[in-house]
Amino acid sequence: MAAGAASGGSAKSDTYADARTWLLLPAWAVLGIFILTPVLMMLVYSFLTKEFRGGVIWELSFAAYDQFFCSRGLFGDEPCTVEWTYINIFWRSIWQAGAATLLSLVIGFPTAYFIATRPESVRPVWVFLITIPYWVNLLIRTVSMKFMLRDQGPLNDFLISTGLIDSPIHIVNTNFAVQLGLFYSYLPFMVLPIYASVERYNFNLSEAAADLYASKMTTLRRILLPAVKPGVIAGCILVFVPSLGSFLAPDLLGGAKNFMIGSLIEEQFKGNAGNWPFGAAASMILLSMVLVILMIFARQQAKAEKGAG
Amino acid sequence: MKTLLKTTATAMALALAANAASAEGKLVIYHWFEYIPQELLDKFSAEHGVEVVMDTYDSNESLLASLKAGAIGTYDVAVPGDYMVSIMAGEGMLDTIADGELANSGNIAPEWADPSFDPGRKHSIPYQWGSTSFSVNRDVYSGDINTTDILFNPPSELAGKINMLDSQGEVLAMASLHMGMPQCSNDREQLKALNAMLQEAKGNWASFNSDTAKEVLVSGDAAVGQIYDGFGAKAREEGANVEYAFPQQGYVVWMDNVVLLKDAPNRANALKFMDFLLEPENIAAVSNYARYGAGVSGVSEHLDPALATLPEANPPADAGAGVFIEVCNEETQAVYDTIWTNLKK
Repeated sequence: MAAGAASGGSAKSDTYADARTWLLLPAWAVLGIFILTPVLMMLVYSFLTKEFRGGVIWELSFAAYDQFFCSRGLFGDEPCTVEWTYINIFWRSIWQAGAATLLSLVIGFPTAYFIATRPESVRPVWVFLITIPYWVNLLIRTVSMKFMLRDQGPLNDFLISTGLIDSPIHIVNTNFAVQLGLFYSYLPFMVLPIYASVERYNFNLSEAAADLYASKMTTLRRILLPAVKPGVIAGCILVFVPSLGSFLAPDLLGGAKNFMIGSLIEEQFKGNAGNWPFGAAASMILLSMVLVILMIFARQQAKAEKGAG
Repeated sequence: MKTLLKTTATAMALALAANAASAEGKLVIYHWFEYIPQELLDKFSAEHGVEVVMDTYDSNESLLASLKAGAIGTYDVAVPGDYMVSIMAGEGMLDTIADGELANSGNIAPEWADPSFDPGRKHSIPYQWGSTSFSVNRDVYSGDINTTDILFNPPSELAGKINMLDSQGEVLAMASLHMGMPQCSNDREQLKALNAMLQEAKGNWASFNSDTAKEVLVSGDAAVGQIYDGFGAKAREEGANVEYAFPQQGYVVWMDNVVLLKDAPNRANALKFMDFLLEPENIAAVSNYARYGAGVSGVSEHLDPALATLPEANPPADAGAGVFIEVCNEETQAVYDTIWTNLKK
């Protein structure tokens, strides 16, 4: 949209360009103050010396990154070997967030499709219903989820009363519970963008495909999915990224027995460790990872659009 | 333009003055969650004409982190635990209470008047004290529970049903007692053994949770829960058939203290509040609410009679010794951090 305005080239559009600089100032200020400055602070802190019990000493140090990648034994005096602890924590988080994203997609896509194919007058009602649970605080929703899933909870009671199982299934304090919690926390972020895409989709195309003897699966795969792909990708990113750093679901539903990235970072600031540079370094590594993932998506998107054009 | 500037300046001056005026009647408390009855705050407000504002935290470490991150100068008083008082004093975060500034300082119980974590009570007054041990569900296990084996080497009935506090200090102190080694030991063999023992014990633990330590016992999700004595009492009063253990190997004793923070914006009101909490009647109201001991003389007549016989607050004669959590030096703390990360990796 910016390009459109600038390419006008007349005196009038120069005035607009001038005004635009000023009008954009608040937006730039917000970005600078609330996004760039904190990230830069984190970057700087990750290269400072840790102060005992939290805080930093203003001396350059690579100790935080060394701790992340180098294992030096219980007493920290052995030669450097590859430190798998934190890599495993990151890998576990990616895996959990990925599973939650997949779960959200499998449930969210049909939901979004269902809503988008209702008569126009009732669609807002369905969208409204999807968002209702999200008026409640995330902590409370996660705790209620725990009450639902626990051994003596309603889910197990129901399954036992139907005779499907004899003894309760242990769900709480497992990885699956964490995935369920993440899925439940971020489901609307999947449904809403997909819904927006499907709503714009021209259903005549599906009819045309059927007229040309395409099966329902083929229509879905070759006509609908490519058309709503931007919505699907946006939904996946919106679920995956916050899941990656979340710590409520892992702590409450997973029993906090294994660190996820979010709880590892929290521990550096709020726990006994009090190691701010290491927390900052882990955050920077997480941030770079997310950036790389987003760039890969963006590049593929651009390629696909080029191919289509 | 000039007029506009003038008006703005006047308005700002007025706003500042208004701020200063309201600050005279204000007290800003930084406190644990769910640890003081609202009626007591209202009573203090009414008695002294002071507006009370309270923020809460959920662990000693998050209190320290938020003060380090720049909250010094915002709050008047906070309520750190024993070891955190000495850490905060060492960090220079506490103001000194001069002799005679507290009219009621004579009310402090003699055994708490000169504690190791704040010699001479220069910065703090007692708030509540109690112990950290664990409660066991008696429907699940009927054997002897007064041993740390229940947590670290549990009988088969209890394996996989144990909730630990999500707190390095509490877990490692209890583990040291179990191993019969001093806290903050810098002996390499002992530290290695501690690490190995915890790795082994973790297989029997269901979860680490501090915030819901009581709920998991009440709901039956956990059959054993490491817990503060007051929370253990509440779990029992809420219907869980649990018994609080006093292990022979020893257990953790703690005391939370009201401290005067450095650069307190309302220092005079902070002192008034401390004096207020040293009145037996007022601190007894906290004990009745939180179910912990008070550390002030003359409270007994104001206490809920059930507290005097509370099993969680009255160790049996053959119980082990209660010990405070110790503050490790930087070198040992680094090893403790590694052990904790190993435990949760």
